[in-house]
Amino acid sequence: MSTTDQTAARQDNNVNSKQEKKKEKEKDIETVTLNIPKYVREKEIVLGKKQLKSIKDKKVKGTLRRIESKYADAAEKAARTEMLLTEDPGYLEAEGMEKTYNFTQDQLISAVDEEVAKKRFDISLPTFGPYAFDYTRNGRHMAIAGRKGHIATYNWPLDRKMCEFHVKENIRDIKWLHNELYFAVAQKKYVYIYDHNGLELHCLKKHIEVNKIEFLPYHFLLVTVGNAGWLKYQDTSTGKLVCEHRTKLGKCDAMTQNPWNAIIHLGHVNGTVTLWSPNMATPLVKMLTHRGPVRALAVDHSGKYMATSGLDGQLKIWDIRTYKSLHEYYTPTPAACLSISQLGLLGVGWGPHVWVWKDAFTTKQQSPYVTHIERGAQIHDMHFCPYEDILGVGYSSGISSLVVPGAGEPNFDSLEANPYQTKKQRQESEVHALLEKIQPEAITLDTTFVGKIDRASKAVIEKERKQEEEERTKNSKPAKEKKKMRGRNTALKRYLRKKQSNVIDGKRLAIEKELARQRELRQKRSLGEIEKPPTALDRFEKKQMSLFSPWKLASYFFGTSDNSSGCPAIGQLIESSKTLENGKPVSEAYHLKWISCSELSGVESIDHFTEP
Amino acid sequence: KVKVLTRKPEEYIREKSSDLHRIRRNYDPVLHPLEKAREYTRALNAVKLERMFAKPFVGALNGHNDGVYCMAKNPRKITSLISGSGDGEIRLWDLADRTTVWSVQGHKGIVKGVCCSPAGNVYLSCGLDKTVKVWNPDVSTEPANTYLGKFAYSAIDHHRSDPIFATSSTQIEIWDESRSQPINTFSWGADTINTVRFNQTEKSILAGCGNDRSIILYDMRTGSPLAKMVMEMKTNAISWNPMEAFNFTTANEDQNCYTFDMRKMNVALNIFKDHVSAVLDIDYSPTGEEIVTGAYDRTLRIFRSREGHSRDVYHTKRMQRIFCVKYSIDSKFVLSGSDDGNVRLWKAKASEKLGAKSYRERAYLEYSEQLKARYKDLPEIRRIARHRHIPKDIKSMQQKKQIMLSAQKRKEENLRKHSKEGTVPYQAERKKKIIGVAK
Repeated sequence: MSTTDQTAARQDNNVNSKQEKKKEKEKDIETVTLNIPKYVREKEIVLGKKQLKSIKDKKVKGTLRRIESKYADAAEKAARTEMLLTEDPGYLEAEGMEKTYNFTQDQLISAVDEEVAKKRFDISLPTFGPYAFDYTRNGRHMAIAGRKGHIATYNWPLDRKMCEFHVKENIRDIKWLHNELYFAVAQKKYVYIYDHNGLELHCLKKHIEVNKIEFLPYHFLLVTVGNAGWLKYQDTSTGKLVCEHRTKLGKCDAMTQNPWNAIIHLGHVNGTVTLWSPNMATPLVKMLTHRGPVRALAVDHSGKYMATSGLDGQLKIWDIRTYKSLHEYYTPTPAACLSISQLGLLGVGWGPHVWVWKDAFTTKQQSPYVTHIERGAQIHDMHFCPYEDILGVGYSSGISSLVVPGAGEPNFDSLEANPYQTKKQRQESEVHALLEKIQPEAITLDTTFVGKIDRASKAVIEKERKQEEEERTKNSKPAKEKKKMRGRNTALKRYLRKKQSNVIDGKRLAIEKELARQRELRQKRSLGEIEKPPTALDRFEKKQMSLFSPWKLASYFFGTSDNSSGCPAIGQLIESSKTLENGKPVSEAYHLKWISCSELSGVESIDHFTEP
Repeated sequence: KVKVLTRKPEEYIREKSSDLHRIRRNYDPVLHPLEKAREYTRALNAVKLERMFAKPFVGALNGHNDGVYCMAKNPRKITSLISGSGDGEIRLWDLADRTTVWSVQGHKGIVKGVCCSPAGNVYLSCGLDKTVKVWNPDVSTEPANTYLGKFAYSAIDHHRSDPIFATSSTQIEIWDESRSQPINTFSWGADTINTVRFNQTEKSILAGCGNDRSIILYDMRTGSPLAKMVMEMKTNAISWNPMEAFNFTTANEDQNCYTFDMRKMNVALNIFKDHVSAVLDIDYSPTGEEIVTGAYDRTLRIFRSREGHSRDVYHTKRMQRIFCVKYSIDSKFVLSGSDDGNVRLWKAKASEKLGAKSYRERAYLEYSEQLKARYKDLPEIRRIARHRHIPKDIKSMQQKKQIMLSAQKRKEENLRKHSKEGTVPYQAERKKKIIGVAK
């Protein structure tokens, strides 16, 4: 009895411990599965168990199964690495009756530690404003450009100025290139590239009167658009102008890039937003967004949502997968600038106000998340700082850096953008970035396009292939005509040959007619059907002889080897025979042939004679 | 309640310059846009680098005064190789130093075959002077033993474990090392046998190929031939698959190589096409995954044993007709002996780096291998990966061959079109060249 009890107890224990372990495992799995969907890549074909079963080829089935499990495994492993992420995103929560939008910056600063408080600053620059603004990709450096010609760059966390200078002309925009060593400035007429010391490196004279600059870091493309409405892509690694597109929609001063697929979005005065890639001369997509000029655009980092603001006082959120409007907000004065942070906060600058909206894409919000006011100023430009809870704002009389909790991505990827990178790391990453530069041809709306199967029907594919082939043959130069030595070659025939054979026009018909006439004449002459017209040389005629060269004959008769003979007729003859050789008109040639055959070659077996 | 992002720099910056840089990863796809395009660019770079680093030639072992017509590996020593030349000289090489360790004027006339004993200390050679000689390089340059035969020998091969070796002449003779006369002779029709090769796994089975286009299999246990197959053209060499004991591959005069299952020889398992001249020798890699062939067109090709076309082709300006090839026993190198009297050492993978690799380097190489495999079917990558520089005369021969083959095909198709339906049946490519099998 007792032994059975013991064994039962043991079994129970075992069962308990097993269950516990199982539970733990399940818990573990649960926490992981929560995050897995984030890491699962969009699949071209979803293979369920049924589909896998229906495949008959065992080898293919095995390979597919292996691949499927590999993908699942990869997603799970990526989700598991989240445990290693050390930082948590910032937040701002109101208690009781408080509202987050009522907190002022001073109140926020008083609640956080000193380190953060340092990041909040205002710089009053009343003389050269309003200020355009940009952060580098790792958020370490800041470039500002006053409309009236003031340019300065900072390593702002260290409070160190990199360079400051005045160009003494209008400035419309400023943008960092791939790292903090170079930046591009849209000045009065041209775009200029400066290095970190403020030394002018390039003047891009092809970019005229530019309003906005964008830089595509993975493609090394500088994109500009300006008053003339030309969208230009310039490769900053090779210096080549990749393409110029005419938007045909006039002046443009609202541009942004979709960071997810490197498509350029332009906002136009007629209220449309157009999407561009360097590979198409026409916009990929045209959306009518506002009943009035578009003022500002912003696209979120996952490439799903776009925010637009127009002079009609509307602020609209769009889903750029379906190109449909999601929410519409009203701004009391038109919003001058928009920016979307890494964690999806939407910053709106209108008049002197800065409003930040949270979760504005998924649900319609009733009130902003954080607000700020610059009294007596107009907001001109603003950007969220990458990897920081900071919003940089440029306005008419200076710049300020505001604290917005929960804006920046807390955990950066060192190999992508490293705020703490050393000089060596920067150099290394520059080389790697250049090696992995994506060709401009790869810019497409669908980022997973590379290596996808073309699922069009066979007929469509065939048609496309044919078109391509035609284009290729059209572009290739026609083969240069060989000069054929054999046979009779005339200018008329050559002309006909060079013409396309399937085009029949009046000229062609006339030439063909003329050729036919000549041929007939020749035949008749050879048969002796035509009476020859009398000439001055008739008197030399004695007998028929088939072939003879006229000048040799002349030298025979007159004892000269050149055309310096006393007889004018022979001299003329020799002249004309030479011109024939050089390709003189046909009629003359016939004339000569006729002379040589009938009149001059009357002497029989003249070859046997020696010259006197 | 407020929390604003702050980072402690000490957690992100290394303390001392001797430390490694601290790398933080975040695999969130949003932080890594344009993933596929970037990966494709990386794959393109990887495949370009592979072609850039493809320098397969390691070195030439020179010393022979006549062409090298036979070679043998030592099964015990990775750096050892023996080669026999047209003037009767036999040389033992040290591959690491690329020097001759030992040499002897072994035969009068051409040395037709060399082989190594399973213990790795004794070498055997045979020649047109009707002798088989046993050499012990550690002891002296005089032969340890000499067997006198009746015929000029064409090849020799040693049993995997026993002190037994086989020679081929007008017949195949099996010798015991301790006896002066052959213990067994086999013959089946052919007047001359070119090659004889022992199966290294099924040790008692050996294959020979005759001048009358036949391939004959023998079993020493029964003392009789197993099967005989006749092909359209002569077979020059045979190599047994070291991993699949029943498979062997033959180098044929018709510019192709054929893999056969010895149990079912009426159909080839695989055909290796790419050479533009008769294939003279063939050898399997010890893994059984790859095959190296040498041909009369002065090129050496490496095939994957399950694919029909070569993965790589090696040639140099100075290399003449290749008469013997060997895959090294670590499967990293390939050796070729040619008419110009040189033995050449090549890397089996043209762009592989020799020597030790650091962890990062190895990781990078593995990653780029995966990338290449993933994007191998994209046109640009396939084009670069497949591109090989080939001498002009071989290129023109390839074109000519292509024209000939298509003409043949067209002719056959025309014949089929103009005959009664079914009278000209389609024939499997793998059966076409086999005339018959006798058992």
